[in-house]
Amino acid sequence: MENKLLNESIVRRVATLSRLSLSDEVVNMYLSQLAVILDHINELSQLDTSGCEPTSHAVSGVKDVFREDVVRPSLSPDEALKNAPKRIGDFFGVPKILE
Amino acid sequence: MKTYKDHLKRIEEFEPKIRSFVSFDKEKIEAQAAAKKDGPLAGVPVAVKDNICVKDELTTCASRILENFRPPYDAAVIERLKGAGAILFGKLNMDEFAFGSSCETSCYGPTKNPWDTARIPGGSSGGAAAAVASGFVQMALGSDTGGSIRQPAALCGVVGLKPTYGCVSRYGLIAFASSLDQIGPITKNVTDSARMLNVIAGHDDRDSTSIDNGKVDYTKALVKDVKGLKIGIPKEYFISGIDPEVEAAMKRSIGIFKDLGCQTVDISLPHTKYAVSCYYIIAPAEASSNLGRYDGVQYGLRGDEAGGMISMYIDSRNKGFGQEAKRRILLGTFSLSSGYYDAYYLKAQRVRTKIKEDFTEAFKKCDCIVTPTSPTPAFKIGEKINDPLAMYLSDIFTIPANMAGIPGISIPCGFTKNNLPIGMQILGKHFDEETLFRSAYTFEQNTDYHLKEPVIL
Repeated sequence: MENKLLNESIVRRVATLSRLSLSDEVVNMYLSQLAVILDHINELSQLDTSGCEPTSHAVSGVKDVFREDVVRPSLSPDEALKNAPKRIGDFFGVPKILE
Repeated sequence: MKTYKDHLKRIEEFEPKIRSFVSFDKEKIEAQAAAKKDGPLAGVPVAVKDNICVKDELTTCASRILENFRPPYDAAVIERLKGAGAILFGKLNMDEFAFGSSCETSCYGPTKNPWDTARIPGGSSGGAAAAVASGFVQMALGSDTGGSIRQPAALCGVVGLKPTYGCVSRYGLIAFASSLDQIGPITKNVTDSARMLNVIAGHDDRDSTSIDNGKVDYTKALVKDVKGLKIGIPKEYFISGIDPEVEAAMKRSIGIFKDLGCQTVDISLPHTKYAVSCYYIIAPAEASSNLGRYDGVQYGLRGDEAGGMISMYIDSRNKGFGQEAKRRILLGTFSLSSGYYDAYYLKAQRVRTKIKEDFTEAFKKCDCIVTPTSPTPAFKIGEKINDPLAMYLSDIFTIPANMAGIPGISIPCGFTKNNLPIGMQILGKHFDEETLFRSAYTFEQNTDYHLKEPVIL
């Protein structure tokens, strides 16, 4: 299914932004599925929302939260690094980014 | 009263057919039982969905990308359960990162519905609902972003509560869509739901969306009396497409409420039909942002390093995420990307306001709202997995509560001719869990649906 808003190059661009790489076959699968979903979602454009504020937190009563600027216990380096795929000393090891 | 050993026996006998657990360690259970802790949930077997952090225990979100992840701390709800004396029985299966309505997107494969093992248990907290329905644990914790507690509870014939947004701390819940996610209890009956909420609810300054509502004893709301209660019946929830057996069960249930002295009020929630579209913009957008942290650097699966940093990120994510997670990341990244943000994400947040206002208007006329939880009973494994839109539309009745931040409970209200459970949803005002408990408890005590047990074949 072809959607005016979506084509192969947009799917590839979005994949790049998402740090995903997709095979040709998978791009076509997502293209057709996302086109169907976007066609459905576009029903929202029928609705007049002018003068309507966007909602990001649906429950009123939330206040700005302040706390005293005091040191609290936090994870030790060993605890923080326990799940690291690669550890070098007290650091996360990653591939070189500068030659 | 069943002991933890009775539950272990059920697990040994039937878990191979249901596959609700993703991690389970009998020795750790025995050790906790031997410690004989005191508290409001002393000795109660509880299991938790695998997106809730338990210190040093595998917490995978049913995703390859976290398959070896052991959190260095407990989620707030886990601290509270441990403090209440509960015995933690292990971690429960779910759709990958809670993306799904059937438990089929789990990297471990689907959990089976105990009422018919050819069918899905619902999702995303499918493991939690199936484990409670099968008698493996007395209580479970799930999380609900668009219906992920209520829908599986309905399809497995148990009680599932999504509390008000901000009622339960999400510190240590692995984030899906931060403006919608809420943790809640899945239990066999309404009394246990209130007992569990008593333990997990309350303000926590480590979750900035947590609201201080004071200390409430929810078990005080377990009153067998609904005389004079005004129940809203929204016409938009009784439309074509709803299964005739679900519709018949709802009509019967509304009749029971009337016989018990409730007054029914016809109401309208006119923006209901936009809820699914609105949700499938907001939830994937927030998810794509929350899932940006999985890059193979600090924890989780790391891909091939040979091509350098960027290609390491890409390879980690390609190998770690399943098909539905990638679909939602793409959809979310699209609707947040330059040129589309106003037309999609911002538009959806404005529509969200309309959906919220619908409820504000409706609650001027009624104390709570009664609807089906799911338009159909449990569907077959594989039936909708290749049709994402059909899967998304199955959440139509549960999504609006997340949009509006209001609480909702699903309780058993009947069975189909094929002996599949049917769930009824009761929705309430912000922080009015008490009216949900009162109406659900009264209904339950006047019916016997919650006493039926599945025969696992």
